[in-house]
Amino acid sequence: MRTIEQTTQEVLDLATKHFQLPAGSLAPGDDFFKKLGIDSLQTLELLSRLENHFSIELPDYEVQGVSDFKTLAERIQSRL
Amino acid sequence: MLDLSQYQSVGEALREALERFSNEVCLIEADREREKERLTYIEFKKRALPLAKALQETGFSEGDRASIIMTNQSKWLISAYAIFFCGGVLVPLDYKLTPDEQWQLIKHSGATLLVTEYPIWRQLSISAGRSAAANVKAVLITEAPANADLAGARRWEEFCGAGEPTFIPRKRSDTASIVYSSGTGGRPKGCMMTHENYLEQCVALTSIYPFWPGVRYLSILPTNHAIDFMVGFFGPFTCGAAVVHLRTLRPEYVREAFPKYKITYVSLVPLVLKNLQKGLQARFDALPAGKRKVFNALVAVNKALTKSQPRLSLSRLLLKQVHEAFGGELLAIIVGGAFTEPQTLQFFYDLGIPVANGYGLTEAGTAITVNDLRPFRADAVGKPLPGMEVRILNPAADGVGEVAVRSKTVMSGYLNDPELTAETIVDGWLMTGDLGKFDETGHLQLRGRKKNMIVTEEGKNIYPEDIEKVFESLPVKEFCVFAANYIWPKRSMTGEQLVLVLHLDQEQKYGEELQRDVNARNQRLLNYKRVHGVILLDEDFPRTASLKIKRNELAARLAKLDSATAIRQL
Repeated sequence: MRTIEQTTQEVLDLATKHFQLPAGSLAPGDDFFKKLGIDSLQTLELLSRLENHFSIELPDYEVQGVSDFKTLAERIQSRL
Repeated sequence: MLDLSQYQSVGEALREALERFSNEVCLIEADREREKERLTYIEFKKRALPLAKALQETGFSEGDRASIIMTNQSKWLISAYAIFFCGGVLVPLDYKLTPDEQWQLIKHSGATLLVTEYPIWRQLSISAGRSAAANVKAVLITEAPANADLAGARRWEEFCGAGEPTFIPRKRSDTASIVYSSGTGGRPKGCMMTHENYLEQCVALTSIYPFWPGVRYLSILPTNHAIDFMVGFFGPFTCGAAVVHLRTLRPEYVREAFPKYKITYVSLVPLVLKNLQKGLQARFDALPAGKRKVFNALVAVNKALTKSQPRLSLSRLLLKQVHEAFGGELLAIIVGGAFTEPQTLQFFYDLGIPVANGYGLTEAGTAITVNDLRPFRADAVGKPLPGMEVRILNPAADGVGEVAVRSKTVMSGYLNDPELTAETIVDGWLMTGDLGKFDETGHLQLRGRKKNMIVTEEGKNIYPEDIEKVFESLPVKEFCVFAANYIWPKRSMTGEQLVLVLHLDQEQKYGEELQRDVNARNQRLLNYKRVHGVILLDEDFPRTASLKIKRNELAARLAKLDSATAIRQL
């Protein structure tokens, strides 16, 4: 079982890779809409990538209103 | 379809529809590949009436306001019907706003009841804005887990009254809903829509794009949006049609829904339509050369044969695979919320998929003009709907002027803002702030905006005043945000941008530190709300006696500058 710190790091690594950013450019408290400048469709793509990575189902409504990586990681952790 | 001239209110028409079409399917709700719910009209009624009864037991009554903040799902529509049944006024809010923005609008609307989903409530209940909205007396939340902390809310699923609720009649002129067209962070624009607005708009729209039992509408645009409320709830329900809700909007599941549920209509914003176009184009481009040649030839044949009007059966035969991917029964894609580029409309029409392009405003009760497809026109937004009087005010030499509308579908005014209402509705005519002209065939062509705002491809209205807050306390003498098109009118509805005008202190330079500050503040805004450039103006902004910036006057001064050199891109 992953710790929340591990899950958070994996979320950050995956987002960094998905959006082709330099390593270490994202932090847990970052707002992904603002930091990545992505729209809602791109966010859905990221969620699909995260689901595949963690082998979980993350309903859209479960992450409704979530905009930072830390909270996103917590929602994922609760489903692991 | 019901004869809507016979009804006084949205609630009354819906009540009759639930009786008239009792055994027809009205709602299908799916979560990924699983179908979660399928309700007939009679089953919908059985879900809604206990909720209405429970609401009445709490004292919720005629004219009371109730806000819904939910993603598209069956409980949204069931709750809305229960509110109308009790004579209440619906306040549908965008679930994508921040919790503080939502509380701000809830407070402004005076809603005493809030219906929302547990994941949304989890954010709302801990938001600082909650304490300001003291008007909310009860909160109902759906789908809360068994051990969840409800933070003062009650479970929607357990909120049921026993016995028959009493239907509360409303007059046509009464307010049915308060729909916010913008105003988060600035001056809230709560459009007061009457029952008559909805009844008349429904008659007009369905005369061009009809619904009937068996039609399936895929509801993707948020239901709080005026378009989805009309074509994803009131319109189909008063015609006995079905609405399909998806609990996920991941593209792969949306694609699956078309063939699975044999979708008849869907509404999309231009951004999604454009993405769909890109995806399809990529697939066509990937075809082997031989197949590609055949495909292109079939598209050319379809184009020639559908020049005067759509011929769906023929298009489905010619371009079978494309149409099968859309379920084979799609009649039209309805596009709205923002301006759609003609080449995107043409792309779909050439494939035999008509896009119902139109023009509307929340204030006008959704649609003002709609393309009737006879013939299809990609370069115009259609002709006025029945019952709409549309005028071009003060036309210039090229015929372009402000579009004004008079109709029974125009809102009664902005909530708590008589001043703005008086500026917007003049002698019964709604001043849209959009510029356009009619061509010789009576089609409206849009040619830019007169008002200081932009609309994004996602259908978001952005008013400069709403985003100025983020630049407050910026160390400059004064600042102001404008839509660039407002300063330098461009006869276009796309590529709209916001600019930040700075008046620096004496001796102050637009140096690195200030640029960093501007950029950092800009980054705090959601991407679609960001300013794209900075204009430096070395003179005092014109102000009123109460020191408000005279925006019109300032814009006129800025217009004397050359936009190409004046704007420093961020």
